[in-house]
Amino acid sequence: MKEKNKIRKEPLIKLSRREDIDRKHSWTYRALAIVAALIVDAIIIMVIVHMNPLDIYGTMFAGAFGTTRKIWVTLKNLSLLLLISIALTPAYKMKFWNLGGEGQVLMGAWATAFCMLYLGDKLPQGLLLLVMFIAAVVTGAVWAMIPAVFKAKWGTNETLFTLMMNYVAIQLIAYFVIKWEVPKGSGHVGIINQDTQAGWLPYIGSNSYALIVGLVVLVTVGMHIYLKYSKHGYEISVVGESQRTATYVGISVDKVIIRTLFLSGAICGFAGWLMVSGSGHTITTSIAGGMGFTGIMVSWLAQFNVIVMILCSFLIVFMGQGASEIATSFGLNEAFGDILTGIIIFFIIGVEFFINYKIHVRKSGKEVA
Amino acid sequence: MKKVLSLVLALTMVFAFTLTFTGCGESGGDDEGNSDQAMKAGFICLHDENSTYDKNFIDAANAACEKLGIEAIIKTNIPEGQECYDAAAELVDAGCGIVFADSFGHEDYMIQAAKDFPDVDFCHSTGTKAHTVGVDNYHNAFASIYQGRYLAGIAAGMKLNEMIEKGDITADQAKIGYVGAFTYAEVVSGYTSFFLGARSVCESATMEVTFTGSWYDETLEKEGATKLINDGCVLLSQHADSMGAPTACENAGVPDVSYNGSTLEACPETFIVSSRIDWVPYYEYCINARMNGEAIDTDWTGDLETGSVQLTDINEAVAAEGTAEAIEEAKAALADGSLQVFDCSAFTVTVDKDNNINANATVDADGHLTEYMADVDTDEAFAGDTNVVEDGAFMESKFRSAPYFDLQIDGITLLDTKF
Repeated sequence: MKEKNKIRKEPLIKLSRREDIDRKHSWTYRALAIVAALIVDAIIIMVIVHMNPLDIYGTMFAGAFGTTRKIWVTLKNLSLLLLISIALTPAYKMKFWNLGGEGQVLMGAWATAFCMLYLGDKLPQGLLLLVMFIAAVVTGAVWAMIPAVFKAKWGTNETLFTLMMNYVAIQLIAYFVIKWEVPKGSGHVGIINQDTQAGWLPYIGSNSYALIVGLVVLVTVGMHIYLKYSKHGYEISVVGESQRTATYVGISVDKVIIRTLFLSGAICGFAGWLMVSGSGHTITTSIAGGMGFTGIMVSWLAQFNVIVMILCSFLIVFMGQGASEIATSFGLNEAFGDILTGIIIFFIIGVEFFINYKIHVRKSGKEVA
Repeated sequence: MKKVLSLVLALTMVFAFTLTFTGCGESGGDDEGNSDQAMKAGFICLHDENSTYDKNFIDAANAACEKLGIEAIIKTNIPEGQECYDAAAELVDAGCGIVFADSFGHEDYMIQAAKDFPDVDFCHSTGTKAHTVGVDNYHNAFASIYQGRYLAGIAAGMKLNEMIEKGDITADQAKIGYVGAFTYAEVVSGYTSFFLGARSVCESATMEVTFTGSWYDETLEKEGATKLINDGCVLLSQHADSMGAPTACENAGVPDVSYNGSTLEACPETFIVSSRIDWVPYYEYCINARMNGEAIDTDWTGDLETGSVQLTDINEAVAAEGTAEAIEEAKAALADGSLQVFDCSAFTVTVDKDNNINANATVDADGHLTEYMADVDTDEAFAGDTNVVEDGAFMESKFRSAPYFDLQIDGITLLDTKF
């Protein structure tokens, strides 16, 4: 061993940062990564379950787009995941690690359900929807601002704080589910105002999801403009790059943090409103379905680009729908779909490494990219 | 690159919308198309086959459809939310003439689907609302599983007697532990009938019950079981759907009466017997009725006679001697009506109106039940609306298929009632 160490060799693998890669190349790599992931998935399908991968892929596609209804369900799920990702993004751009999306959505959902239960028979439909909307947005915003105020005033760690706020929200809702359950002891609230439909988001024609999709499109466009072209958006970028620079150029960092988290939480609350008023019409601890956490991944995968987020949320929702379809059609456990999804995401995250770094291998001098 | 990207996006959306709108045209014709196609049955399950509860349904769905030669479409892992409605609607789209759901929380979404698709029958196991909601194509079903629990309880009581005779425990130590989900009538009815079965052969038996607050949570169920074992319970049973409690029993060497099906394979040293509802008779009945154009019962109750209430094979390695014979004897008595599980003379009830315990019950001087106003018609008032005590017995599953026995009887201690 000692002998060998004496000879100084060039390391076997050397990394250097790529500065020059253009968009065209980077997107080619990403496309190649997805193709490679599909090939690996295909091998796994053949080896583990002995099926034709094309059948599986075709069925997954049918799961997301097979019928009109499936397309709308896909669009609705895509919209909600996108909305939450969009809600979290301004905070990340500011380098504020808001992991509390799930809790903020839940609190918005809670406020909505609260209004539906207690005001359902007292207010006219239009006013009720407005009150629910305001309640949800404010509750979500307050839930996000609590850690933001602590961070701005006393420098607390927002990663832990926002994460823990999720569990506080989940427990609060667990308490209220028991309080509101029908029948007693069952642990279920059931559909709220099923007969009167008070506080239900109106259908467009017979379609209950179109309005959700439309509203999310509006928020998406709004957020894209806000981040790219508004003064606030610029301030968020500066605070994210360097708080000192921000202070130097006269930006009030505390104010930007609190304001941005207010916005972040408000949109999460809005998502909660859509989930309860527009879709589930009930409240459970799992109504957000972990999207508050998945949204974090979507936001980061897209590197905070709102347009790319559409693609990322689409991929995740598509795979989810597909996984449940192959479970139904082939009797494969849904966990198998998760394996396939995991591999694709692994490749997508992995390719970013090869886009950002060049690899030099000793002797052969060949590049692997 | 951005241009290419936006082009791709635009194309995707155009593509999706084209499908949407061309699809709209087709969906109008779906309803007429249904009758031409071969009959299909759809099934919505809360979890997948890893849950003992759902496995019991999935097996029954496959068995019934295979027997009748029709196609089964099974959707697993469907939460108790809007997803249930979407799943039901998709099953209708796929050509199912009848759709079944297996979990209590699916009920409201099944009713919603029944209203939106009047030509399809929606059958919901464990639900309570069909007899009051007034939707013709919506049906509930349950089985008189309290009879099965009672029989399983006899096996437990025999085991306790054997332990007392062997000197492993004294008669006073014959304490049963029970892991429940919620303080819901289905659970209360289950553990009470189990306990009454055990006490019918082992007079000194007592029971402690803990609740997990979840129908399926392996960790909590395991913890609950361990807590009961540490608390001195010498035999366990459960009403929660994971392998949590049986596994904890196997690890601790405590005998276990399981539920929903045999856990013999995982717990060969401790499994005694399990009661379960066999859903095949119900599925067959509904699908046959649908195919023959007959009406399906609004509220169907399966029992020992229909074959809906089943006991698994007894694990002779653990069960006490003579268990099978004792069970057969009780089974015959239950079948001919000479034995009632909730015979009011077999248990006493303490009424405490101030703390809202058994407030709907009327008892005689000895504490035996004479009248009980049960909440048969589910509404938000939770008010007792029907007297369910007849001929000296609490008539479970008679006025509605889903259980409504929610009394706290003497001899059973609830460790926590927060759920």
